[in-house]
This record gives sequence, C-alpha cells and structure tokens, in this order.
Amino acid sequence: MSILVGKETRLVVQGITGREGTFHTRQMIEYGTQVVAGVTPGKGGEWAVDNVPVFDTVAEAVKATDANTSILFVPARFAPDAILEAADAGIQLVICIAENIPALDMARVRAYLETTHTRLIGPNCPGLITPGQAKVGIMPGHIHTPGHVGIVSRSGTLTYEVVYALTARGIGQSTAVGIGGDPIVGTSFLDVLQMFQEDPQTEQVVLIGEIGGTDEQRAAQFIAEHMTKPVTAFIAGQTAPPGKRMGHAGAIIAGGEGTAAEKIAALRAAGAQVAHHPEEIAELVARNLA
Amino acid sequence: MKLHEYQSKRIFARYGIPIPEGEVATTPEEARALAAQLGRPVVIKSQVLVGGRGKAGGIRLAHTPEEAEAVAREILGMEIKGLPVRKVLVDEAAEIRAELYLGAVLDRQHRRIAVMASSEGGVDIEEVAARSPEKIVTVRPHPLMGLQDYHARSLAFGIGLPKEHVRAFTQIARGLYQAFVENDATLAEINPLVITGQERLLAVDGKIVLDDSGLARHPDLAALRDPDEETPAEREAREHGLSYIQLDGEIGCMVNGAGLAMATMDVVKLYGGSPANFLDIGGGARAEQVAVALRLILGDPRVKAVLVNIFGGITRCDEVAQGLLQAMEAVRPQVPFVARLVGTNEEEGRRMLQEAAFPIFTATSLVDAAQKAVAAAKGEPIP
Repeated sequence: MSILVGKETRLVVQGITGREGTFHTRQMIEYGTQVVAGVTPGKGGEWAVDNVPVFDTVAEAVKATDANTSILFVPARFAPDAILEAADAGIQLVICIAENIPALDMARVRAYLETTHTRLIGPNCPGLITPGQAKVGIMPGHIHTPGHVGIVSRSGTLTYEVVYALTARGIGQSTAVGIGGDPIVGTSFLDVLQMFQEDPQTEQVVLIGEIGGTDEQRAAQFIAEHMTKPVTAFIAGQTAPPGKRMGHAGAIIAGGEGTAAEKIAALRAAGAQVAHHPEEIAELVARNLA
Repeated sequence: MKLHEYQSKRIFARYGIPIPEGEVATTPEEARALAAQLGRPVVIKSQVLVGGRGKAGGIRLAHTPEEAEAVAREILGMEIKGLPVRKVLVDEAAEIRAELYLGAVLDRQHRRIAVMASSEGGVDIEEVAARSPEKIVTVRPHPLMGLQDYHARSLAFGIGLPKEHVRAFTQIARGLYQAFVENDATLAEINPLVITGQERLLAVDGKIVLDDSGLARHPDLAALRDPDEETPAEREAREHGLSYIQLDGEIGCMVNGAGLAMATMDVVKLYGGSPANFLDIGGGARAEQVAVALRLILGDPRVKAVLVNIFGGITRCDEVAQGLLQAMEAVRPQVPFVARLVGTNEEEGRRMLQEAAFPIFTATSLVDAAQKAVAAAKGEPIP
C-alpha cells in the first residue's frame, strides 16, 4: 500500500526540458518512477530525457498517456498557472517544488482546487517518495528503504537526515511526504496523518514540524482523537527569535503565535513522543519496535 | 518586509482611505516649516520599524512651529529599541472622539485574508485579543470573490459603529482589502481608525507588512526597504540568495536547509552554547555560496567557533568538502571549525577535511558536533 504515490503513479513532468526538470526527471526514472510524459509549451512532439514524449499542454499529455500525477519544475511566477492547468486536465495529485510563490496566489489556487478533485503537495517542498516504488521529488532516492514508518515534514534536509538515520538502523519507510515550508500549502499535516492512519503498510509515523502557524497544533488534536499508531515528532526552531523569517516563508513566529514550545506542548499532550534533537527521532522510532 | 507608517499611509490614501495631512521631515528645520505650512497643532512621529514608539517618547504633540522644531530635534536624536530615528512624520493633530481598530492579516489556518475590527483602537490588537476577545469582529472573505460590502457592514455593526459612519467605514474596509491584495501584503493595519471631532473617519496610524515572496512583482515597493531593517551582513546574504539572520551568540552555524539550520541552532543551545546566526546555504552547497557564507559568519566579531552541518544528498559530501576547503583557502579563518558531513560519500568527505591544511574537527553526529563546537568556543579542549 503506502500513500499518494507508488507503482500506479503515472507521472507527467511540467517543465521537463528545463535544467532542473531534465536533471530530476532522469533521477526519478533511475529510481523506477513511471515518468510517462513531459510538458513544455512550444516543445510538443519532441522527446526529453531519452524517451519521454513532450506535449504542449497537460491536457494533451493526459489524453495520450493517462498521466495521473504531475510534478512542476517551473519558476515561482509560472507555478500557479501550471498547477491550475494540471488540475483542469484532471490530474489527481500535483507536486509543486518551487519556492517564493506569493502567499495570496496560493490562497486563490487553494480555493480553486477545493472545487476540483486535485490534491496539491507543496509548494516549497522536496516532493514525496514511496521507497522501492516511486520517487516524485528532488530527494536523494538511495537513502530510503521500503518499510513501515510514515514520514511527514515541513523541511527537506531535516527529513533526509531522519530517513538516513532510520535506514542506517535497518528501519524502512512506507512513504515520506514533504508538505512544504510555505504559510499556505496544498496538503497539511492533518491530511497526511489521516492517510497514514488508514494505510495498512504504515505502522508508525514521524512528524517533523517547525515554528510558524498552528498546523502542528491541529495535527496534535487529530493524534489525540483519532490516531492509534504511535507518532514521534520533532519541532525545529526552539531558539528562533520572534518576528524573523527563518529561511522558509512559513517559519516565523508572528504575534506571539507559532512558537516551538506551544507546538511541543500540544504534541506531548496528545500522546506523541517529542524528540529533543533530530538524531533522537530514529532512536525513539526504534524503541517503539523493540 | 515592513513599511514605515508614512509609506503605509500613502498607500492607503491611494485606495481612498482618508489620512491626516502631513509630510516627512529629516531635519528639525523641515519639521518647523511643515508645521508652519499646516498652520495648526501637529503630531511629530518617529519613523522606525518597531512597535512601542509612543511609550518610548517617539510620538509627541507640538502646538507651534517653534515647538515642532524643538520636539523634532529631540526625536530625531533618539534611538528606539536600538534603531536610530532618521525621519519624522509631521501630521496635522486630529481631534479624537473615538479610536477604532481595522486590520487585515494573512490567516494561515483558514488560507484567507482575515479582516478584523474592534471598538478598542489605539492599543495592540493582540492585547485586546487576550483581554477581551469578544471585542474583535472578524470576517474572512472568499479569496476568489474578495471583500463584499456586507462583510464591511457586518464589521461596522458588529463593533457598534454609529450608523452615520457605516458608509465611510465600508469604503475604508474595501480600500484596505484592495490595498492588501494588490500590494501582496501579509498585514495591513489602521490603528487607530479615529472618529474625529468633525465626525469624520481618519486613518491616524498605519502599518503594512509585505510578503517577501511578492516583492519580485512590486519593484517600486521593494525599493522602499529600510536599510535599518536588516544588518549589512543580512543584506549581503539576501543579495547572494542565502538566508542569514544574525543572532547574538558565539557559534557560527552553516547548514544546508532551513529546517536543519534551525535544528542545528537548537542542538547548539541544548548543549550549552549559543548560536551566532541562522544560515541556510541552500540544497546544493556550491563552493561560491559556501565562500560567501563563511565570509558572513567570520565577519561577526562575536563568533568564536564555526559549526558546519551539511547533509549530502544529491550533492555528495566529498563535493561539499571540496567546496568548503576552497572557501577556507580563500577566506583563511582564524577560529576553530567543527564540521559534520552526513549522507552520500560521507567517509570520503570527512577524510578530505581531516587531511586538510586547516585544523578542522570532524564529527559524526550532530550532538557530537555541537559539543565540540561549544567546547571550542569556550576555549576548552575538544572532547
């Protein structure tokens, strides 16, 4: 099983002929992801990355290849347009890697997506991976190993750290989802926790949050009320000063809201184990298996 | 990015929001001339990007041009929360009958703009929210429809606004929402929105915070950035596409990824040190980025040790190590370095650092790295 992506994923890459698009398409194919199409307006009829057919529009790509998932390698200013194009072409899952999309653009895009059947992951995220099946993102594939720990995170490299440490201990992952570091993202902690709770392959969950917003608090409420699988959490930014944007657009303590302390307290109260530092996460996960 | 009060109010005025007559002065003489021109009592208001200007004595009334000059001289010499006052706003003094609050903020949880009003203006809205939350009325218009008149009316009637002001209030609320959207704000606030002695509504104070991600399409707004809002090092970092925030500790941190960078600071603190900065050099960790990052960190005289924490994914650890060594060759650091490289080709990366001409302490775990950096900063033997 696992969630969101797997063997059944038929991926279209929007922006496939760009530098990033080409590089990461090759990496995804090498990992075993079924990349069925690419889209670059004006380059329809060409081939990219050896033998991936390129189309002018997502709709054409879907019609010709039955693509069901899309990943965007387009600059921030073109990303809202590309997300909406994918949604209107009937793509079920759209992954947006780009950083620096204005928050109000995302508010409008999200509001529109609610009228469709399309789920958005990101923006400002590394994508997601179901080890051994499909990698739809920019994470290093080889550090992952198939298994039963679901991971959901607002941060890229911090997630790789945890995955790497888990794999080193021989603990595999069901799916690792990077939901993105922006203030408005397509998929929240809560959405992914729900999916992990229902996924038979996932036996326990790691949640990696950070300062800013209250998404972790709502995740905590869900954990308290609905999760039967153990959750291990970590919150980055305990030493972050208020009012400063810590790299991610969403990582800012504003109006006294969104501190690490309040998130950690909420997660602990909900029954999650909260690690003091990132390396402790794998330790706590291993202890659950003992 | 924060805008000054005078910049915010000028934007509000473009959207039909009534603001006091006034102008900016950078010298006491200018303030005097402006006061004379207005020909009535004025308020001299320091323009600095921090809250609490009034409590700090940075907002004062002046009845005559002479008094305006004297007051402006005092305020222009002040520092408020460490920021020098370089400009004052000389505004006509309004006769205040009542103070209201009207503000709009990006509501992350609802993924909409929340527009809030309160009959208790002139104080921090967070304070009102904590003390008497029932005095704040909120509407959240649909992002694809925007603020409708009924939203504004429900705010007006919700805060008990006398009905003769409802029409003007509606205009102001529409203007505020439009200003928020068209300028890509994350916060736009009128506090207080005053009912004057002449029974008019007037935006006496204003504040706008812009979405940094929206600045690319507003070059005119990007040009308004106050150099005092960031340190010279922070500015240099921004110009090189690095995320850098100066703190007051002594362990310089260089990390790839924002989440990992925050976590690294946390671990330094957990083991008794204090981070000198937040620094995300991005995923790739290329040599030139690393060199700029090193210069920024070492430019801070408080830094007594540097902790490098890199996860090598698609960029391999040996490539990162090579970039780091090239950068050190160029920058020639005088403080001890502790480096932790984890991920792809980590042994090779570590070996390269250990064999380097520079004394670099390597660490295998983040905890180990933090302990070594803390000891190094204190001048203690490295464990």
